[in-house]
Amino acid sequence: MTSELPGSPVLKVEGVSLAFGGVRALSKVSLEAAEGTITAIIGPNGAGKTSLFNAISGFYRPAEGRILFEGRDISRLRPPARAKLGLARTFQNIALFRGMTVLDNIKLGRHAHLRTNVLDALFYWGRAQREELALRQEIEERIIDFLEIQHIRRAPVGALPYGLQKRVELARALAMRPKILMLDEPVAGMNREETEDMARFILDVKEEWGVTILMVEHDMGMVMDISDHVIVLNFGQVIAQGRPAEVQRDPAVVSAYLGSGDVGELSRRLHARQAA
Amino acid sequence: MTDWLFLAEVCLAGIGAGALYALTGVAFVLIYKATRVVNLAIGEILMLGGYAFLGFAAGWGLPAWAALPLAVLCGGLFGAVVERTLIRPMLGESPISVFMVTVGLGSMLVGAVELGWGADPLRLPEFVPNRPVFIGEAYLAPKVAYGFVAASLVIAAFVLAFRFSRSGVALRATAGDQGAAYSVGIDVPRVFSLAWTAACATAAGAGVLVGSIGGISPTMGVFGLSVLVVVIVGGLDSIMGALVGGLLVGLIEALAGAFLGGEYKLLATFGLLILILMLRPYGLFGTHEIERL
Repeated sequence: MTSELPGSPVLKVEGVSLAFGGVRALSKVSLEAAEGTITAIIGPNGAGKTSLFNAISGFYRPAEGRILFEGRDISRLRPPARAKLGLARTFQNIALFRGMTVLDNIKLGRHAHLRTNVLDALFYWGRAQREELALRQEIEERIIDFLEIQHIRRAPVGALPYGLQKRVELARALAMRPKILMLDEPVAGMNREETEDMARFILDVKEEWGVTILMVEHDMGMVMDISDHVIVLNFGQVIAQGRPAEVQRDPAVVSAYLGSGDVGELSRRLHARQAA
Repeated sequence: MTDWLFLAEVCLAGIGAGALYALTGVAFVLIYKATRVVNLAIGEILMLGGYAFLGFAAGWGLPAWAALPLAVLCGGLFGAVVERTLIRPMLGESPISVFMVTVGLGSMLVGAVELGWGADPLRLPEFVPNRPVFIGEAYLAPKVAYGFVAASLVIAAFVLAFRFSRSGVALRATAGDQGAAYSVGIDVPRVFSLAWTAACATAAGAGVLVGSIGGISPTMGVFGLSVLVVVIVGGLDSIMGALVGGLLVGLIEALAGAFLGGEYKLLATFGLLILILMLRPYGLFGTHEIERL
């Protein structure tokens, strides 16, 4: 039950399989993310969502299948090359540069795009200084103001509360001027208010910046509210996809999340969980 | 009555030796910071630098100004090869295994040097000016003085590069979080390679300086043992720590040697180590959450 996608696909995953030893993390996963949309990947724990993310950003190399970005096969590129093409991501367990300030963390997002060579940068001359100033201005005006983190610019990231760290990670990804922004559980562990803020930022990134967003998330309320397209993974396979409302009604999805509705099976599952 | 002049001379000599500890410590920290590998072979790589210099200067008859950069180059090349062939395949293994690889590398280097040059201590050709150096009234051995100057210059260059160069920023980012560094477009394997190359080149250079003062021998790698104390005292992942730790250990060794006798040198050094481990297990400037080996 595939619904027609608005816009052309920026990212295309074709029949990607990935195995760790005997465990098949992904088997023949295919999906598309249309330009300027929010695509959510959902599924129970261990369904392969993060593995899929890692395959798309190049941390894992799939055993088979292809990953196309703007029509170009990027399956063989390493993560830094993919980052330069415009794939930015955040991590499920926050990955920030500890010991640096918020501003330095965000500026590092642009590291790969700077053209300054070592000698310029070493002496902080000419081009290095101009680039640095332009970069700082852009980051201050567009990213820091946008994400409402002016007050913590100079703070070391390690000292920040969890919700703000997530926001800094998003800021760093935005500094990469991404074409595709991949968010791995952007609101995990957040309270209602923080979740609403983050949902608003994600929608704004899509609408004001025109960035295509691919997101793994467990918060169903948020997924159903802001996504244009939802893909459901279970046991490393795509079991359903479509508009949020369609997916919610899909019997395969209901079964993957809640069990089959068969009372006997539900009670067996509960016992299994209690035993574990 | 204290002999102030003597004390000043001992302290100067200690600081001079400490600069070489600091330099080698920086090499160690560079590798640890970037790759989280505890490189126990650093002392042996330093020794290799000394022998490479001997080979170029005495064996090929090259002048010192050519032999020194060649020895440094050899060290760098060696570091790059070791990283690519021994360390990178160990990526993802437990830190203890990688640590053992470096221990093995150290023994192999000692064996190789003994095969090539024999086990006897050798003197490096003289290349440092012999005119005595006086600071105020205090006398300082010229080799120690020039060693100090050279070490300080290299360390200063490192600190600047670390702070301002793109490679330095990439290295600090990699030290902060490898996954994040990879995802923002930093070529992490290249950072690893760069760290090993720069560190081993530095260690080889330090080996030439150390060898010019005390001669070289296959057991010269024990210098690395004091360097280990230096970096543990300073904090395994802190350049600043290597600097302070190096000067501290150099000073303490010199003082213990002069006032208690040469046999107390190591005792004093390791006494300091135990003290620091009890008071600040992560070192004076180190990051708190360093896993223990």
